[in-house]
Amino acid sequence: MKKKQKIAQRHKISFKLNSKDVSCDVKASAVLMDVIRDVLELKGTKPGCREGECGACTVLINGSPINSCLFLAINAEGKKITTIEGLTKEDGSLDIVQHELVQHGAVQCGFCTSGMAMSIKGLMNQHEKSNRGAGKNKKGQPSREEIKKHLEGNLCRCTGYVKIIDATEKLFVKEK
Amino acid sequence: MKKELRVIGKPVPKHDAGIRVTGKAVYGHDIVLPGMLHGAILRTEHPAAEFTIDVSQARKLPGVVCVITADDVDVNNIGYKRDHPILKKGEANCTRDEIAAVAADTKAIAQEALKLIKVKYKVRKGVYDPFEALNEKSPQINKFISGKFPNKNIAEVFHYEHGHLEEEKKKSAVTVTRRFSLPRMTHTCMGTSNITASFNKTDGKLLLYSSTQVPFLYQRDMAHALKMNPSDIRVIQPVIGGGFGSKLDMHPFEPICALLSIKTGRPVQILYSREEEFIASPTRQPMIIDLTAGADEKGNFTFREINIIKDNGAYTSWGATTPFVIMQAFSSLYKVRACKFDATAVYTNNVFAGSFRGYGNPQATFALERIIDLLADELKMDKAAIRLLNANEKGEITGQGLHFETCGHKECLETVIEKAKGKRQKHVASGAEPAKVENPRFKNGIGYASMLHVGGGAKIYRSDGCGTTSKIDPYGYCTIITGSNEIGQGSETVLAMIASEELGIELKKIKVINTDTDVKPWDVGVHASRTSFVAGNSLLGAIRILKDKLNKKASELLQTNDPEFEYSDNKIISEKTKTTIALDKVVREMHFSEPNELAIASFFYEPSSKFQDKDFKGNVSGTYAFASQAIEVEVDTYTGNVKVLDIYVAQDVGKVLNPLLLAGQIEGGILQGVGYALTEELLMHEGKILNPNFHNYKILTASDIPNIHFYPIETNDKQGPYGAKGVGEAPLIPTAAAISNAVCDALGVEFLELPMTPERVLKAIHENK
Repeated sequence: MKKKQKIAQRHKISFKLNSKDVSCDVKASAVLMDVIRDVLELKGTKPGCREGECGACTVLINGSPINSCLFLAINAEGKKITTIEGLTKEDGSLDIVQHELVQHGAVQCGFCTSGMAMSIKGLMNQHEKSNRGAGKNKKGQPSREEIKKHLEGNLCRCTGYVKIIDATEKLFVKEK
Repeated sequence: MKKELRVIGKPVPKHDAGIRVTGKAVYGHDIVLPGMLHGAILRTEHPAAEFTIDVSQARKLPGVVCVITADDVDVNNIGYKRDHPILKKGEANCTRDEIAAVAADTKAIAQEALKLIKVKYKVRKGVYDPFEALNEKSPQINKFISGKFPNKNIAEVFHYEHGHLEEEKKKSAVTVTRRFSLPRMTHTCMGTSNITASFNKTDGKLLLYSSTQVPFLYQRDMAHALKMNPSDIRVIQPVIGGGFGSKLDMHPFEPICALLSIKTGRPVQILYSREEEFIASPTRQPMIIDLTAGADEKGNFTFREINIIKDNGAYTSWGATTPFVIMQAFSSLYKVRACKFDATAVYTNNVFAGSFRGYGNPQATFALERIIDLLADELKMDKAAIRLLNANEKGEITGQGLHFETCGHKECLETVIEKAKGKRQKHVASGAEPAKVENPRFKNGIGYASMLHVGGGAKIYRSDGCGTTSKIDPYGYCTIITGSNEIGQGSETVLAMIASEELGIELKKIKVINTDTDVKPWDVGVHASRTSFVAGNSLLGAIRILKDKLNKKASELLQTNDPEFEYSDNKIISEKTKTTIALDKVVREMHFSEPNELAIASFFYEPSSKFQDKDFKGNVSGTYAFASQAIEVEVDTYTGNVKVLDIYVAQDVGKVLNPLLLAGQIEGGILQGVGYALTEELLMHEGKILNPNFHNYKILTASDIPNIHFYPIETNDKQGPYGAKGVGEAPLIPTAAAISNAVCDALGVEFLELPMTPERVLKAIHENK
């Protein structure tokens, strides 16, 4: 009985969620997705498989995409977490990733879209980071094959991915 | 004078994309109601067993509010044949079988309670092969069928024929017979199955948040199951995370959730885990197709004789009716003088199939298009030429009575053959020089396939209609209240575009209401690629009536007797008098001055199609869609891996309503077809599913996509809205057939089953040596 109580012990964690400071008590075993959805009540992060296969629950941790269904919430301590709600700007206007997905017809049922958008944002962050201070040696836009490879972890059953990849390619053309 | 279209035909982004791309869309998974309980279902451990069950310990667990078994409920069976008990009593016949259900304060408690339910099983030897089930010595699997068939394990039969089969056999220069075997494929909607039920004990009304594709049929089925009045059940559809046919049947978890709510008087929610989704949601019908087909010396198709055994699983779903569609492909895709078709659905202890995009047609088209290649080989004919020779034509009335008032089949074929030119077939029987082999490890091949599908609804129910109410408010905004449903395919967008086109109101001032059975008018539901066609025509009818009212008021206000008003830029314009009045002003004058009248109109559209007679003959759809695909593959002969390089697809869509949404349907459908061809199979052993997860059931990823070249063919069918036909299912239907023809072309082997996994490809190469 004592052992059981120890496992069930709750931990206070504090992190930045969509640029705001939050803290909450979580079980050591709680995954970030459940904390985001059920404790912090942001339902945009989607539960697709709970085993890290489908990518619908992708969020950014310090700018990099992860499957929030496999990430222990206690490891979010002190980190910056961005969900789909945080991608949308304060005034309600769309982030460029969301905008291009809409314009390209890359959204059908939409269940994969939150994770897909965060994954694409992660690719943009990664690209920007590797180009920071690179001077003349800046990397060009990722190839279509690199984009596909990056999105491999995000499953979509509606679109056949073509429009999603088109939208992502366009983002990098714009970025230049 | 034909006016230029302003909105229709333009690449308008999805009307409802904004809420979906910002995470604001509320799916069933996101619903939280005050006092809501969480439901969970206990399924049998054995696919064939007798059992006794004791739930007393589960009932005692703190936080458990309700536990039910078959003994606790008074309900009717569900399913197309009413042969499916919602909770199974004493006997399990399928690995999905629901034997108890729990409602508890939290999901964790509900799961904990399931573990406390004690079940004693007496395991039986199950029957997992439909041919074995047909053996007289096999036990009766489903005890709830009325038994009108000669064999106790037959769930349903279909027989169809036209022409003089024996005469045509004699006239045939070549005849080919093969047996084809098709696997279980599953929908894997990204949003798993879900329902939230809320019963009000005071007024006896049941509110369901359900992701059904067919809310009005669902309301009726639910009422039958629960012995309620259908109108006491209100169905609200939250945003749906994928359908593809999986939500055509009502499944046991749905009335189970309703029962838990009825028992407790509290809202109850059931969400499937991904594993549960793989195990307990429907599949595409697995089937064995015996097909014999003939052609005369010129290559004209003479006859087809088909015998299909479908593994029905333990219960009968809508899936058992797929022969309606399958027989159309065999009787009417390419001209054929005689056809004899038999299909039998056989009970087994396997999981039951349901409806899946294409509704039997991908299976039929696979067998048919494979045998066309084999006939061409026998005749030493070019595989493109034999298809062009037999292609369907405009004006044709087929042996089954399908009337092709428009028909783009030949144009589709010509287009893909032309576009894929240069991708020469490897094994050319006609004597032309085959393409050069550059690397012996990799072999390329090209395959063709076409498809025929309903494009203007399908008259299977008493009505194939759709109702619409359309209104304009005093601020000039239009609200469309439609019977049709949005399941991600873009129905809201197409309807808003039609209203914008006809009323000259900008898209952002148009609202679509389509999720509530208490509000919306009747409609059959999303199936048979019917929504744009049927709901589009219904909306056009409502707008016509609405415009009559607006025209009358505008004539009065503009003091003109001009019957031809132009609706543009939120105004009503008289071409004759060159006068203009704001649309919202006309509406205000209607509403607020005598004789007061609402700017609202309703219309019910019923397609011109007819019920088929008892011999399955008749013009069952308002119009028909055609498509052809030419596909090039590269086969790695060392690993057996098939890479699909290019897909050339031409589809008779009638008229392009929105090229962006259309391309989305084509690309998404094709990728599901590629999965059917190469990777997707729900593996079963003695009734249990071996791969209930995305790791072992592979749907394709962004890395797997081929180059898709799409050529819409516009035949402008006068029945369709602006000439449009249904498009949703077509892109998936010929893909697996064309890929298998391409693989066979590349390797010179025969594939008669799907999926063509690397293991099977290597085996075929080895056996061919």
